[in-house]
Amino acid sequence: MIHLKNIEKVYRTATVETVALNNINLSVEKGEFVSIMGPSGCGKSTLLNIIGLLDEPSKGKVEIGGKHTNGLPDSQLAHFRNQTLGFIFQSFHLINDLPVLDNVELPLLYRKVSSSERRRLASEALEKVGLSNRMKHYPNQLSGGQKQRVAIARAIVGQPQIILADEPTGNLDSNMGNEIMDILTTLNQRDKATIIMVTHDENMAKRTHRLIRLFDGSQVS
Amino acid sequence: MLLNYLKITFAVLQRRKFFTFISLFGISLTLTILVVATAFIDHLIAAGYPEINRDRSLYIWNVKEKDTKNQGQSSGPISFSFINTYVRSLKTPAKIAAVSMPSTINIYLNNHKLNVRYRYTDSNFWEVTSFDFLEGKNYTEQNIANNDYVVVINDYVRDEYVGKGQPAVGKMIEIDNVNYRIIGVVRGCPITRIHVSSDLYFPYNTSKADLKKVELRGNFAAIILPNTPSDIPKIQTEFNVVASKIKLTDTGDKWFKPDKLYVSADSYITSFTRQFKGDGEDDGVGYFFTIVLGIALLFMSLPAINLVNINMSRIMERASEIGIRKAFGASSKTLVMQFVIENIILTLIGGVIAVFLSLGVIYYLNNSNLIAYIDLSFNWKVFSVAIFVSLLFGLLSGVYPAWRMSKLQVVEALKN
Ligand SMILES: Nc1ncnc2c1ncn2[C@@H]1O[C@H](COP(=O)(O)OP(=O)(O)OP(=O)(O)O)[C@@H](O)[C@H]1O
Ligand SMILES: [Mg+2]
Repeated sequence: MIHLKNIEKVYRTATVETVALNNINLSVEKGEFVSIMGPSGCGKSTLLNIIGLLDEPSKGKVEIGGKHTNGLPDSQLAHFRNQTLGFIFQSFHLINDLPVLDNVELPLLYRKVSSSERRRLASEALEKVGLSNRMKHYPNQLSGGQKQRVAIARAIVGQPQIILADEPTGNLDSNMGNEIMDILTTLNQRDKATIIMVTHDENMAKRTHRLIRLFDGSQVS
Repeated sequence: MLLNYLKITFAVLQRRKFFTFISLFGISLTLTILVVATAFIDHLIAAGYPEINRDRSLYIWNVKEKDTKNQGQSSGPISFSFINTYVRSLKTPAKIAAVSMPSTINIYLNNHKLNVRYRYTDSNFWEVTSFDFLEGKNYTEQNIANNDYVVVINDYVRDEYVGKGQPAVGKMIEIDNVNYRIIGVVRGCPITRIHVSSDLYFPYNTSKADLKKVELRGNFAAIILPNTPSDIPKIQTEFNVVASKIKLTDTGDKWFKPDKLYVSADSYITSFTRQFKGDGEDDGVGYFFTIVLGIALLFMSLPAINLVNINMSRIMERASEIGIRKAFGASSKTLVMQFVIENIILTLIGGVIAVFLSLGVIYYLNNSNLIAYIDLSFNWKVFSVAIFVSLLFGLLSGVYPAWRMSKLQVVEALKN
């Protein structure tokens, strides 16, 4: 499903050069649930962004679903992100100007889906994360855990084949964290979604099929 | 999709009230000034009471003599005898009116004086123009043949001199120690109708000047109204032939011996624009419109740049929204569309506000006495200019910032 070859990411500023990722080779099969762990600043988010086509590697190849993504034109990248990928960000990234329901509808907005169908699917997704009573709220009227669940609803509403989750439980207490893990596990088992999740929590990592450890931009296991 | 853009637009405009207010304020103010200015230019150029035949008429009022060796020139209005000798010699059938440049004079009432403008005209003047006679009638060829001392006054003079709404025809009016019989009262027209507006109109026989004197320069203008508009080019060519045979003034001055003469029968606007270009050979219309367009663009560019700036910071502020939308499948093209539509809606709202503001300003100008008799109109021409300019504004100020932002890498945008 996902193949990374010799991925390198270097951030250059006027004075310093940061190697965020160094020669990463990684394959994730269809239906796998993989977790990524490592100390802060080791390059976990960077790696996830590259897999999610939100960022370009300085070197190396990214292949998703049998397709080379390097140098794809903007319109095709957009199509890919829309159809295949669902992202859950470390810091939620909801649109504060729009109510919860509209936030969740977002991925469907860029597909040919009627507005009533969008409404139906978005409410369904919100129900799955237990937030159907907050549809008309605005993001800044929600708690951290609620925002995280809106972000999850948004990532799953379009039923993407791949879900990329950057510390989806990082801001939550362990109860809430377990609930979120349950949701992800269900998505993986029932909907056969391929999931890559960054986490700091060994217990969460234990609930996945495979654990990848990063250290200073390199894969150590 | 469009419905969605609209929804997003209104949500954003509503939630960012301060920004919306600032933008709308700037847009509507600029457009209002633009619309009122356009209405004013339209008022100056287009046919209007009582010169409703302006578009079908030709004007001759300036003659220029040039000494190409000594680099000297002299120009000014044509004389009455010039009109009789040269303009009236045209063979193509047309009505030819002679009207003098306006002068001012005081009329003394019981205990205050009234400063008024007056002109001398021939009887044809009343046929090429379409004055509304509130009372009485115009003077005719017969009045002039009889050397009648008659005068046509406007309602302003009547109201001041005779009394508001009082009958005036038949009454005598003393002007500069001469008594005139009031023969007609016309509804006045704004001073901006440069060749026809006046408070008093005298038949030319009452003029103290020697109108028969043979000279090129004087203080008259000729208005030519052809029987059919298709005769206009014919008359112009014919007049050029006549003009080429005119004998130049012998000044007797060795420093100024004119050897070239410029005079032509022009449309209303051309008769003015021709004066802009020094040589008189170029009709100056292109030049004139280039200048007007240049000023308009310059005037518009300031608020446009300002708007681009506001939009830039507004869109920058929404960088994370752009990042989020891209992460979930919005292409750069879609995003540019979204922001441009937002902007166009904003400017259109500004345009609608401007329409109402300009209606107010125009109503105020027409009804206050800032310029007597002024009749600005908010017509379709002005309206379409306003709409066109709003759209242009929306595009100009929206496309560039949106394009810049849509080029951002997703992670980059999300960082903000
Ligand atoms: N835009 C950038 N410019 C320069 N350096 C950057 C940039 N983004 C990230 N880095 C650097 O790249 C390295 C990896 O960052 P990344 O965000 O991937 O870490 P992380 O493993 O996700 O950390 P955390 O667990 O704290 O989220 C860090 O050293 C960071 O300073
Ligand atoms: Mg991170």
